Amino acid sequence: MSVSIESPRVKPAPRRGVNWEKWGWLYMRASGVLLVVLIFGHLFVNLYAGEGVSALDFGFVAGKWASPFWQWYDFALLWLALIHGSNGMRTIINDYTTVPIGGTRLRRLFTPHYIFKTLLVGSTIVLLVLGTLVIFTFDPCPSGAPADLLPTFCAARS
Amino acid sequence: MSTLIVDAVEAPTQSSISDLEAGPPGSFVVTLIIRRFIPEIDEEPRWQDFDVRVLPTDRILDALHKIKWEQDGSLTFRRSCAHGICGSDAMRINGRNRLACKTLIKDLDPTQPIYVEAIKGLPLEKDLIVDMEPFFESYRQIQPFLQASGNPVRERTQSVAARERFDDTTKCILCAACTSSCPVFWTDGQYFGPAAIVNAHRFIFDDRDEAAKVRLDILNDKEGVWRCRTTFNCSEACPRGIEVTKAIQEVKQAVLRGHA
Repeated sequence: MSVSIESPRVKPAPRRGVNWEKWGWLYMRASGVLLVVLIFGHLFVNLYAGEGVSALDFGFVAGKWASPFWQWYDFALLWLALIHGSNGMRTIINDYTTVPIGGTRLRRLFTPHYIFKTLLVGSTIVLLVLGTLVIFTFDPCPSGAPADLLPTFCAARS
Repeated sequence: MSTLIVDAVEAPTQSSISDLEAGPPGSFVVTLIIRRFIPEIDEEPRWQDFDVRVLPTDRILDALHKIKWEQDGSLTFRRSCAHGICGSDAMRINGRNRLACKTLIKDLDPTQPIYVEAIKGLPLEKDLIVDMEPFFESYRQIQPFLQASGNPVRERTQSVAARERFDDTTKCILCAACTSSCPVFWTDGQYFGPAAIVNAHRFIFDDRDEAAKVRLDILNDKEGVWRCRTTFNCSEACPRGIEVTKAIQEVKQAVLRGHA
């Protein structure tokens, strides 16, 4: 009887779709480098430059967001940091929960793995949307607001 | 002489106690706490302690042999060459993956009990033996053999520098100490694991080999090199001193470049 040995030199089946693990890994490296610059710039301007931390108040933040430069600076900081953080949380969820196999789609959705991931993605999107809205629509002196609630530098107060 | 044999047969515990009392000069008694699991008897693994008289220069493997030969023959573990080459006796000793045949008693703290258990992340079969099949399966997947075209009449020559490129990863003995120390592998059995990537590295950076691209494609998988989070457990666990994490990083870079 002859024995046939399967050829070990099999070409792997080509992968379909986006290689999320690769891009996730690359994103962590790239955003990490940018975040080091952005975070230390943020800390320097807010806590050290000029009068230092004592100058930091509502008016200081309002002043910064009056300039498009700081709006886009904080926008980049928010998106890079939040996605960096949630990508890290994603790997932690992968570590501590098992990916469900079998069952219906709905069944699989109600396993710890997908419950955590849904919560993670949901909260990340909510925070990104709210944060972006605050950065670009911030108005320290909204018209029609009671004068006693407005900060002292608003025109309506004087 | 005959009384000694009778003693050993009738009261084995007596003889092991007297063995504990006397002993070669410089020897002392150390406690080994071993995680036992006999599938026919135990529902769950249990810890059992053994007192063994050892010399400071004895290895954990010698202590395990003494237990198996003199105290409890049911203790089960793998070992073959007993000199750190065959890679059979990787186990978790005091919470770290090591080879039992390369770990000396004096390098641990013999005043404290020494904990010995099977490596983690692979199915436990009996006592210190795990099912290595998932480990070897991912090893096979990276095609760990030279793939070169042509039909040379003499050996394929290689420069010293080209050989040096992958020298570190040729040292692997496939003991699974690295893979079973990897926290990603513990929870995600699909991950290739450090050992498979190390052995892929050995061929990817070999200039005689022509299948680097194939192996890089295999490791560019969802469960490939990207799952590595550089926790360095593997580098620390490797009994051959391979810089495992560095090798994995070099493979990642090669995947991004698209060639070795």
